[in-house]
Amino acid sequence: MTVTVSEPAVNAETARSIGLTGEELERLKKILGRDPNWTELGITSALWSEHCSYKSSKIYLREFPTEGPHVLQGPGENAGVVDVGHGFVAVFKMESHNHPSFIEPYQGSMTGVGGILRDIFTMGARPIACMDALRFGEIDAPRMRFLIDGVVRGIGGYGNCMGIPTVGGETGFHRCYNGNILVNAFALGVARRDRIFHARASGAGNPVLYVGSRTGRDGIHGATMASESFDKESEQKRPTVQVGDPFTEKILLEACLEAMRTGAIVAIQDMGAAGLTSSTFEMAGRGGTGLRLDLDRVPLRQPGLTPYEMMLSESQERMVLVARKGREEEVEKVFRRWGLEVVDIGEITDTGRALLTWHGETAADIPIQPLTEEAPVYHRPVAEPADLAERWKAPEVPQPSDPRQALEELLATPELAGKRWIWQQYDHTVRTNTVQGPGGDAAVVLLKGTPSGLAMTCDVNPVYCYFDPRRGGAQAVAEAVRNLACVGAEPVGLTDCLNFGNPERPEISWQFREAVRGISEACRALSVPVISGNVSFYNETEGASIYPTPAIAMVGVIPSLASLPDPWFRHEGDRIVLLGDDRSEFGGAAYLRLLYDLEQGRPPAVVLDAELRLARLLRSLVAQGLLHTAHDLSEGGFLIALAEACFGRRPMGARVEVSMAGADLFSESQGRALVAVPPAALEQVLEAATTMGVPAREIGETGGADLVLKSGGEVLSAPVARLHEIWSTALPKALGL
Amino acid sequence: MTVYPRREILDPQGKAIRDALTRVGFPGVDDVRAGKSFEISLGTGDPQAAESQLREMCEKLLANTVVEDYSVELLGSSVESLGTDGIRP
Amino acid sequence: MKCGVVVFPGSNCDHDVYHVWKHVLHQEAAFLWHQDDSLQGCELIVLPGGFAYGDYLRAGALAALSPVMGAVKRHAEAGGLVLGICNGFQVLLETGLLPGAMRRNENLRFQCLDVHLKTERTDLPFTGRLAQGQVLRLPIAHAEGNYEDSPERLDALEAGGQVVFRYCEPDGRVTPESNPNGAARNIAGIANAAGNVLGLMPHPERASEAVLGNTDGLALFESLVEAGARHLESVGARQ
Repeated sequence: MTVTVSEPAVNAETARSIGLTGEELERLKKILGRDPNWTELGITSALWSEHCSYKSSKIYLREFPTEGPHVLQGPGENAGVVDVGHGFVAVFKMESHNHPSFIEPYQGSMTGVGGILRDIFTMGARPIACMDALRFGEIDAPRMRFLIDGVVRGIGGYGNCMGIPTVGGETGFHRCYNGNILVNAFALGVARRDRIFHARASGAGNPVLYVGSRTGRDGIHGATMASESFDKESEQKRPTVQVGDPFTEKILLEACLEAMRTGAIVAIQDMGAAGLTSSTFEMAGRGGTGLRLDLDRVPLRQPGLTPYEMMLSESQERMVLVARKGREEEVEKVFRRWGLEVVDIGEITDTGRALLTWHGETAADIPIQPLTEEAPVYHRPVAEPADLAERWKAPEVPQPSDPRQALEELLATPELAGKRWIWQQYDHTVRTNTVQGPGGDAAVVLLKGTPSGLAMTCDVNPVYCYFDPRRGGAQAVAEAVRNLACVGAEPVGLTDCLNFGNPERPEISWQFREAVRGISEACRALSVPVISGNVSFYNETEGASIYPTPAIAMVGVIPSLASLPDPWFRHEGDRIVLLGDDRSEFGGAAYLRLLYDLEQGRPPAVVLDAELRLARLLRSLVAQGLLHTAHDLSEGGFLIALAEACFGRRPMGARVEVSMAGADLFSESQGRALVAVPPAALEQVLEAATTMGVPAREIGETGGADLVLKSGGEVLSAPVARLHEIWSTALPKALGL
Repeated sequence: MTVYPRREILDPQGKAIRDALTRVGFPGVDDVRAGKSFEISLGTGDPQAAESQLREMCEKLLANTVVEDYSVELLGSSVESLGTDGIRP
Repeated sequence: MKCGVVVFPGSNCDHDVYHVWKHVLHQEAAFLWHQDDSLQGCELIVLPGGFAYGDYLRAGALAALSPVMGAVKRHAEAGGLVLGICNGFQVLLETGLLPGAMRRNENLRFQCLDVHLKTERTDLPFTGRLAQGQVLRLPIAHAEGNYEDSPERLDALEAGGQVVFRYCEPDGRVTPESNPNGAARNIAGIANAAGNVLGLMPHPERASEAVLGNTDGLALFESLVEAGARHLESVGARQ
């Protein structure tokens, strides 16, 4: 009945070696009504891995608001889908590729980008923009320069070759990532509303087609690697790194979009984590069908792969699709014209079971939905850290003896310095859609053929999240909304990459639960649905976990692109207005962390009501064309934001006066933004702020070669050229690359 | 020394070159692997020391052993010039 | 004038050029598949940017062997207009339609940024609307833009007036600082001796619409539209 190859015996120990617990093995035995063979065990271990099943996170993820007036598809498919007007939809998602990138940063980040792009075009949408949220450790930590260089080259290497612009992202440095860097890749695609594809198999007798690169032993058990922490033995796991081929994927992208137009494709899914297993099983599971696969027909890159290896291989640039019986030739013709291999490897059945045959025998015979829809769900123990009250004690904030020096020192840190060294290695102008590229608060691309634009941004502050995951989660959402508002964009949805440590540790599960709560609260208050996302657990090395890092990527629609403000000063003589409330809030602040190596205190309050009013005001002002400049405040507070606003294409100074003094210039109170308006519009802007309930005060005007600040009876004056020099050279200097 | 992508790993470049060779009139080509070749002249006359040094160079820098294999061949003591730097990647 | 945009497997900027020619300038345009050897009656052939064949082996090397390049070569030899942008320029070099070769950027990294170009030939079909010495701001996005040839051949290129665009400062001075990739003599774009084939590394199609913040590239395409009419006349007159 079962295949006899020299494969390990199936027992609790061998099951554990591929990531299945003893209970999970028993559960599988119950489902099958017998002992599983090695292939069946492998299939299950992949489907029930954390990465594929979300078993530790599901109970919390249910809390996310996933519906909204524009949402066509929430979580559960390859990517989320939202209506963006004019008959178009945006399809987007973010995915992590943390563990492979730590081992082999170039290929790890390459394949991370490749994977997320496939998730987009498998839905029928042409990817038009990418972003990346990166977290590195201290630059001087072992291997870190090698990792940074590799990751940036890899992201560029894939996106540039595919001809998809990388228009934004976020890069942070913190020692908590010394042993676990984070590479989260986001992609957004556009399609006509009525031309979306789903990965839901149907129609007994419909053929299952395999298209793309051949199958090798790449990444076998990559899904399980993502579900395990690093330790000294991780080094031996090296062979599991997959190699990306962006050229083949570009061909695959064009061929898939063309094949989809034949109308002969019923369902399509890319082969990502757990390759052939997850793609075929998930498609069949969603459709409630069964499937029969003839493994002898799977195209192999090298001979001798066992069924186990074939089903778990994570060779890249492969898709699986269900075609309409009788019309498969139409589909195959398209792929062949593009030079791609396409093979009929089986068919959809109505048995609800997966029957895999190999060399004339049954390699696996396993029911589908019990594996895909009824994966184990865990309620991991949760425990608030015992020293939380300690952590929340307000820090003692040293006053800067010389605010100008403090400013220059902060601008010189990799964390706050300009990131141009990174994004200049990404093609951000290909496709002639980029209205605002990297370097601003949000990226803006054209929705071609319409007067509208799409805006997108990535945000999270891991230090806030460590001290108060609930507040930190809410803050990430609030900042994203603020960023979008600065370009006049109304949010339509968000996707996330929830990067955490080991959920089997109660404090980590507590962090996760709280972060999800905070995100959910902010999403409800700010009317932003969560339409897709990804969870990455086990980001821990030798027991030390990363800070909770729930990265948020949010997308918005700008109804009209006329008179878009810049994130920096563009006209001399504009009046500068500071919106929002100034308070003294230093919990987890960059000022304390970067200048005094002090991390302490509850993060700044997130007043969702105030954020909502500020966002509405900004959107309204942008729509009316009243703003030349709009830039929100975040890490480093007011003085950092003011300096950043001076660093436009033509650097420009400002003369301002504020009531904040000393360290308060770097306080990180939320819900604030800087705008610069032509003098004739000042009155109108201030009135609008009053009407909409947003505190506003004019603080000065743009112009001149110096940044001149009157505060607390003192005058700070610095040449913008000097500040700009410090800020723009700090990162390449620190990297020495 | 030569550095090649490891046998089990996908070599996208080799694959593209093989397809191109087929198109240009060489259909019998089964497989192509594209790698790099380095010629390094060392000051030492001791072949064992040289080989061990060269292997270390590969491990530390010239090959990414996660995805590449390397082989070292001693060409003998020669005073042939290799160009302005000793290494031609 | 009908423009044919060649599509190799891996070309990316084909849609961008097509978009400018057809939707911004309202001219006739067609895509030319690499396997076909017909140019579909196109008078201007554009080899667009991208990563034809993934840039594997050498950028442009595998694309140069495509069936369509036979037809493009014949078209160029007969005096037809050919424009190679970025990867397209690399293909022209590999095919021998333009002299020289491209190496990796000096800093060994892909670079995407705006550069300034000084216009040095204005009597070509590609540059008819530009003024001598006019400075254009255009985006580049490449990892292999370091143009190279032997000193003798570079001298010949200069002597023949075949250097059409050179990297420069915003005020037009040609300096080492304004060279983004180490290209010999700051060369950004060259023409063949007959002046009907142009290759340049920057992307004029990415600077052809006001909404994107830069229209300096449009003049190149507009020059071609004008030249197209004149070229047709002269070809017609010869027949």
